[in-house]
Amino acid sequence: METVSLEVKPTSGPFALLVGTRKGGFILRGDKSRRDWKLTEPIFLGSSVHHIVSDPRDGRTLLMAARTGHLGPTVFRSTDRGKTWKEASRPPAFPKAPEGQPGLAVHHVFWLSPGHADEPNVWYAGSSPPGLFRSEDGGQSWESIAGFNEHPMRSAWVGGEQEAPPGGATLHSILIDPRDPKHIYVGVSTGGFFESTDLGANWDPLNKGCVADFIPAPDPEYGHDPHRALMHPLMPDRLYQQNHCGIYRMDRPEGRWVRIGAKMPKKIGDIGFPIVLHPRDPDTVWVFPMDATSVWPRTSPGGKPATYVTHNAGKSWQRQDKGLPQEQAWFTVKRQAMATDAHEPVGVYFGTTGGEVWASRNEGEAWTCIARHLPEVYSVEVAELLR
Amino acid sequence: MKVLVPTPLRSYTKQKGQVEATGSTLADLLWDLDRRFPGLRFRIITEQDEIREHIKLFVNQEQVRELSLSLQPSDEVQIICALSGG
Repeated sequence: METVSLEVKPTSGPFALLVGTRKGGFILRGDKSRRDWKLTEPIFLGSSVHHIVSDPRDGRTLLMAARTGHLGPTVFRSTDRGKTWKEASRPPAFPKAPEGQPGLAVHHVFWLSPGHADEPNVWYAGSSPPGLFRSEDGGQSWESIAGFNEHPMRSAWVGGEQEAPPGGATLHSILIDPRDPKHIYVGVSTGGFFESTDLGANWDPLNKGCVADFIPAPDPEYGHDPHRALMHPLMPDRLYQQNHCGIYRMDRPEGRWVRIGAKMPKKIGDIGFPIVLHPRDPDTVWVFPMDATSVWPRTSPGGKPATYVTHNAGKSWQRQDKGLPQEQAWFTVKRQAMATDAHEPVGVYFGTTGGEVWASRNEGEAWTCIARHLPEVYSVEVAELLR
Repeated sequence: MKVLVPTPLRSYTKQKGQVEATGSTLADLLWDLDRRFPGLRFRIITEQDEIREHIKLFVNQEQVRELSLSLQPSDEVQIICALSGG
């Protein structure tokens, strides 16, 4: 596997957690020690905020994916680290269908990804129903990526409303290869994991080896349910995904997923929503397992929340629950609601649907609740604030 | 003609609850509103020209669902946001 000769030094400055919730956005500003946290007033209180993401290329721009019942889907942009926000002049939208034919309408923008480092104003957005959009002006106006949104196989890949998860089918995990801005991966839930090598003009499913136990055919080409996928920036051929049916790793150019969740404790299982990276160690990832027995409660197994970490790319896993409730804690952590910072040691963060945000300053060894009483947390991202 | 704007959409109309716009059809009126108040049209209808959920349009206090409806300069158009749920 190819590694990228890019030295990543640990960061040490102030930073913030960008928290998207069902009823607005919040920013948790942390000091250098990561012990003191200050919560901002809600941003766009009442709006469903699915994702708030900072631009690592300038350290001050933030984009926010928001929706309310009356305002519909949109993207807001801040160029002053979240102090003021301006709505996109042209939010992500599907093309108008020919007269008499049904067309797609964005229900909500679900995912935001900054583009390649060499394309400073490029952003990507994923939507529900699954759609892929690109902005070339820093998120102010958005164009539909026809190669995916109008792909002749799109409806087959994505399926109908019956196949969609409760919150609606989404396109997420938009991953840009740091070696090549034209090389893009996306996850579709449900639909599967897809790859483009030509800036989104053409797409191929990349799901071999991944289980889809809700599809009768063995090893189907598409229709899978990746909950979240990752590409390590220092080893872009190393992919991970937390899927509806397990935890997987793929090492390109081989195109087959390996179920590394098979090494998780059997009583815990390997089902969950988020999976997050160590910024400097491609062999380390964290997951937050959910109970997937019987009717899929999607809560911490046994009411005992814990993260699990692997330091050897999934050959073994260690439980991390120090500081977390030891009983009767039925946490649910959504796919976007877990993140890592780039400090040394790495900080790990997650938000719960019960409105709490938890932090570990030592790579998951011990946990502290740093915010509670928030609305249902949809997403947590780290923003390193450059001066 | 007179257009009544609900509170949640007044961030687009400089907080005005009543604005003026023109158009021979409801569709034309929405385009004119968007020219005067950029972004407002997409808050009322989708990219497929369908009225958004939780939005209702009334002309002279009669609910309308077709954007092709003809309008007269003396008509009054009212936009209503109907939110519900926890």
